[in-house]
Amino acid sequence: MRSLAATLLLSSVSLALRAQTVPAPVPDNGVFTLKEIGHAIADPTPQAGRTMPSVANAPPDDGQWTMPSKNYASTRFSSQSEITPQNAKDLKVDFTFSLAVNKGQEAAPIIADNTLFVVTAYPNYVYALDLTKPGAPLKWIFAPKPAPASQGLACCDVVNRGGSYDKGKFIFDTLDGQVIALDAKTGTALWRVRLLNLSEGETMTMAPTVANGRVYVGNSGGEMGVRGWISALDEDNGKLVWKAFNTGPDKDVLIGADFKPFYDSERGADLGVKSWPPEAWKIGGGSVWGWVTYDAELNTLYHGTGNPGPWNAAQRPGDNKWTAGIFARDPATGAAHWFYQTSPHDEHDYDGINEQILLDMPFQGTMRKVLIHFDRNGFLYVIDRKSGQVLSADPFGPTNWARGIDLTTGQPIVNPEKSTRQGEDVRDICPTASGAKDWNPSSFSPDTGLLYIPHENMCMDKMDVKVNYIAGTPYVGAEVHMKPGPGGNRGELTAWDPVGRRPVWGIKENFPIWSGTVVTAGGLVFYGTMDGWFKAVDAHTGALAWRFKVDSGIISQPVSYRGPDGHQYIAVLSGVGGWSGAVVSGPVDPRDGTAALGMVNVMSDLPKYTTAGGTLYVFSLPH
Amino acid sequence: MCSRFLIETAVISVLALSGCGKGADSTTSSQSLATARDSTADVIDSALDPGVDHSLVTSNPHAATLLENPEAVQTGMRLFAQYNCNGCHSNGGGGMGPDLMDDEWIYGGRLEQIHQTIVQGRPNGMPSWGGKIPDEQIWQITAYVRSMSLPATLAAQNGPTPSQRPAPLPRDVDQDAGWAAPEDATNHYTTTTKGP
Repeated sequence: MRSLAATLLLSSVSLALRAQTVPAPVPDNGVFTLKEIGHAIADPTPQAGRTMPSVANAPPDDGQWTMPSKNYASTRFSSQSEITPQNAKDLKVDFTFSLAVNKGQEAAPIIADNTLFVVTAYPNYVYALDLTKPGAPLKWIFAPKPAPASQGLACCDVVNRGGSYDKGKFIFDTLDGQVIALDAKTGTALWRVRLLNLSEGETMTMAPTVANGRVYVGNSGGEMGVRGWISALDEDNGKLVWKAFNTGPDKDVLIGADFKPFYDSERGADLGVKSWPPEAWKIGGGSVWGWVTYDAELNTLYHGTGNPGPWNAAQRPGDNKWTAGIFARDPATGAAHWFYQTSPHDEHDYDGINEQILLDMPFQGTMRKVLIHFDRNGFLYVIDRKSGQVLSADPFGPTNWARGIDLTTGQPIVNPEKSTRQGEDVRDICPTASGAKDWNPSSFSPDTGLLYIPHENMCMDKMDVKVNYIAGTPYVGAEVHMKPGPGGNRGELTAWDPVGRRPVWGIKENFPIWSGTVVTAGGLVFYGTMDGWFKAVDAHTGALAWRFKVDSGIISQPVSYRGPDGHQYIAVLSGVGGWSGAVVSGPVDPRDGTAALGMVNVMSDLPKYTTAGGTLYVFSLPH
Repeated sequence: MCSRFLIETAVISVLALSGCGKGADSTTSSQSLATARDSTADVIDSALDPGVDHSLVTSNPHAATLLENPEAVQTGMRLFAQYNCNGCHSNGGGGMGPDLMDDEWIYGGRLEQIHQTIVQGRPNGMPSWGGKIPDEQIWQITAYVRSMSLPATLAAQNGPTPSQRPAPLPRDVDQDAGWAAPEDATNHYTTTTKGP
């Protein structure tokens, strides 16, 4: 046995180090302002029309919520209006359901055919609850039993971002890369395919997009040296229709005659090979772990690509195409239409995988079909989605890695002071590796014309170090210590006017906001916090209308639906975790600031506020 | 102490153990179980050892070379980064893999058990390194991994990056490595987290 003296010594050391506090924030003048670095090719012309999604991409609300993004336009806008800023104070829990998994729950509940479907974090249980009966009893459980080894390959907790309902099927994927279509009535598998090679470090965490008879999925593993790809499967049988890689020769990337990028920097043969050191593209990342958006109006698919690997940028000189950018592709063939690289030669883990919201918006005196993308790199891009031209790029979070985006070339004006160098600890880079905003989706209300952006206010110190590629192990090569951004609040909800290119109101949160938002016709925005508050705020003013403390922090996607009884319900999953919450849900020691890829440095106090959990909550007004 | 005697004895017999701790009045059948285990010389991975005194462990002579050996932990620290162990376990705080700087050992914290975990891999995501890198290096990584949670290593931490000055392993390092309950009244496995 260890001697008593040694025991006491260890205890006192533990207590001293566990009391480690969150580092001081980056000073206010450490980042650039919107006025300093925001750019647009023309002044706003709000009189030219009202900002709306098209009917093809956002058909009239049927009260269901069949896909995480609500509709193809990804507005996450619910037409339900029973709950308002005036009566929200009366909201009550209608029922709860334990997910039986205490890991980060990032999924959106899916509501279709009077049934509520939920996919959990690993081991990716699927629950179907009957909404027609009191207490929403269980209809069925499906346990896909993914390979346990996949847990050790997922960079940032064993999350899953949800499934989709279409034509009687519930379609989802698993951490070990199975894509499964269930009979929504019975929970039996109609088809089931496995797409990954675990020994190469691939996993799957994204929510599949189901549209036009196809299921679009992609891999995760940007921290493992995977080669990123997106695939289309036949919705009826799971057979592969096409697969496009995001690095390598044009034929693999499905770049051909139809490829007409807007900027010169994206033109040239086999840039996916030539913009890398020899062979590095084979382990270069560019995964598709975020949102894939189907544009029913223009019959185009948009998806972001993840960070290049390794994080140590010195090991991959070049632009590292086609990582950290946005592709537009033909949904039927995968053929690329255009690409825009948001972070060429990314040095900061600025994946381009965040959501795109498809809107018709006034610009330069006419209505333009735009894609709005809130990048990890801190810029909110408004992009003409036919051509790939960036119309405006404005910072929505703390930003100092670039002095803006040059809209004649599309290139970021890189701030050399925040460029990384191998072996040197570069301080106070903003935003941090997880971005000014991560994967958790924004919403848009056609009533207010505002975007509701749940995001982060965090920066980092980053030291690149040499890393060896060993298949199936992390390929990162960086020591990161994150810290709060200016002001010290680590999160913020920003209501953004895309036409006027400005924030209208904001709510500062202590912790980064890792949940999505949903906005309703009743004039409320719902979101959750990592310390476990579920909140409703006035969509016009941001005034708090109601809040409820749930069992564990919230990092999921709330939804709004009309129940079988005709009343409006709000559903959300609790269950803290994910990259930012790994210090609670994972086997992580808060004394190591570099743990969880440097996230623990800025989240070491989260265990004081919440514990792991995982519960479905459904709220309604008394009726 | 009885357990100190054990770690310094390369060959352990059941009879030598029988006078030690809770197993003093073992039945004949449990002794035969223990004999079978001893003869296979397997490393025990579980803290549950039916019919046998809990302190029964085999002792690999290789582990002894790591004790009081500053070079072993230094080399281990270098290899820990070289083979991307830090990609999952960070500098002991974990992330994709479990943290290594606390006193909880899922698969046992004795040097042989740590070595075995690295050699064999574990089902929830730990790769198997046996046969892929020299066994000598696996032992050095073992030494560094064990050093991360030593009081002396933790005390040397200055700032938010721990385990940079790993203390050499003391001679009694294997005597309480997270699988046997401590005998004294102080439960040092307990931590208290205060609210905000």
